[in-house]
Amino acid sequence: MVEFGGWDMPVEYSGIIDEHLTVRTAAGLFDVSHMGQIEIAGKHALGAVQHLTCNDASKLAIGQIQYSALTTPEGTFVDDILVYRIADDHFMLVVNAGNIVKDYEWIQNNTRQRGGDAVVVNSSSRYALIAIQGPEAEGILQTLTEIELPAIKYYWFANGEVAGQRVMVSRTGYTGEDGFEVFVPPASAEKVWNALLAAGADKGIKPAGLGARDTLRLEASMRLCGSDMDEQTTVLEAGLGWIVGWKKDAFLGSDVLQSQKAGSLTKKLVGFEMVDKAIARHGYAVVADGQPIGVVTSGTQTPFLKKSIGLAMLPVALATVGTEFTIDVRGRQVTARVVPEPFYKRAKK
Amino acid sequence: MYPAELKYTNDHEWVRVDGAEAAVGITDFAQKQLGDVVFVELPDVGRTLKQGDSFGTIESVKAVSELFSPLSGEVVAVNSDLANHPDHVNSKPHDTWMIRIKVSNASETAALLDANAYEALTK
Repeated sequence: MVEFGGWDMPVEYSGIIDEHLTVRTAAGLFDVSHMGQIEIAGKHALGAVQHLTCNDASKLAIGQIQYSALTTPEGTFVDDILVYRIADDHFMLVVNAGNIVKDYEWIQNNTRQRGGDAVVVNSSSRYALIAIQGPEAEGILQTLTEIELPAIKYYWFANGEVAGQRVMVSRTGYTGEDGFEVFVPPASAEKVWNALLAAGADKGIKPAGLGARDTLRLEASMRLCGSDMDEQTTVLEAGLGWIVGWKKDAFLGSDVLQSQKAGSLTKKLVGFEMVDKAIARHGYAVVADGQPIGVVTSGTQTPFLKKSIGLAMLPVALATVGTEFTIDVRGRQVTARVVPEPFYKRAKK
Repeated sequence: MYPAELKYTNDHEWVRVDGAEAAVGITDFAQKQLGDVVFVELPDVGRTLKQGDSFGTIESVKAVSELFSPLSGEVVAVNSDLANHPDHVNSKPHDTWMIRIKVSNASETAALLDANAYEALTK
């Protein structure tokens, strides 16, 4: 067990590699109840979400989800989030565990300043969250629900029952695999967890911990806020220009992002693969002529691809696929190469 | 559970004394703490180590740790199998040696922990 964002979380059950491969080939079950939920409702809820986040929430239909970020006026990350459109004037933001209080206060203060009809509620304690991820996820979950799962597209959600418990089910995840995240009242969580483990037993389902969650998300090139980016990193520097709604009205930090897009970007997060045999880990320096010029933000030996990969913040001049650069691995100078992202992409069905 | 014919250190290494030489590995307790081992970095043959010197690193998926020499002496062999099978550290820790040392100070060997004392340490 390890402390994570104020929660005691299991790092591993059967082992990180075993859990990782199980998610890629069968199904893994994650207790991600630590994730936070903040809801914004009222006549001006959309306006508030549009002001606070960088993606264009007006494009969301009811029942649809988008990846986005809460941005500072500098275009940097308060947090990276998922935005769920529950109703026309009701949104739910799923936020990182360690940032729940910070995000809530940020949203509350900014929404108050703007005025209008928008109520902000931290509903994190109302939801436990269970993620079932992997090629067998849909089949296993379907045995426990009347919700028509194939009808839920990627980044959409539906309400209903799983194992007799009221739930919201979204086709989302943090593994690069197909799968679902099931929002349940905490009192129902154990029932749903046990029912999923039992229903998936013959399909090889296994519980998976924080360790595999980290290697899976990195293999799929998904960023970890607080590790890969923070309040010093803009959305563009994090390589996430695709979550910026360039055509929507001004939002917090939009002027900075516009100017970076126009050419003032100086550094960028890229995916790399080690050329020399070594594992580069979070915080290791990228060096040139003995001077630090960048930093590794995530790195591991990935169980499925069996490669040493990572993400690094590099000067833009080096941030192109194929460029080789040097990482200081505990005093040893080793070579890495910028590669296309994502490292891993699942085969389409 | 800890083989009686091995000696142990507080840093969770084991030593198998074989005449003037000693093989060194890490214990079952250590491999469980590390989790899946993916990379073991070992010294060159011929390097002279003092007791307590770092002789390499061991990396699991989740962390990197240093390896400390339980004894003083010269490295006479390294286990090259580990380059392709680092997972043997997990699957058979007490049969997977990392380096062999030509021991230069036999009194250091006598001071190592026996299996019972080591097992007590891990409780």
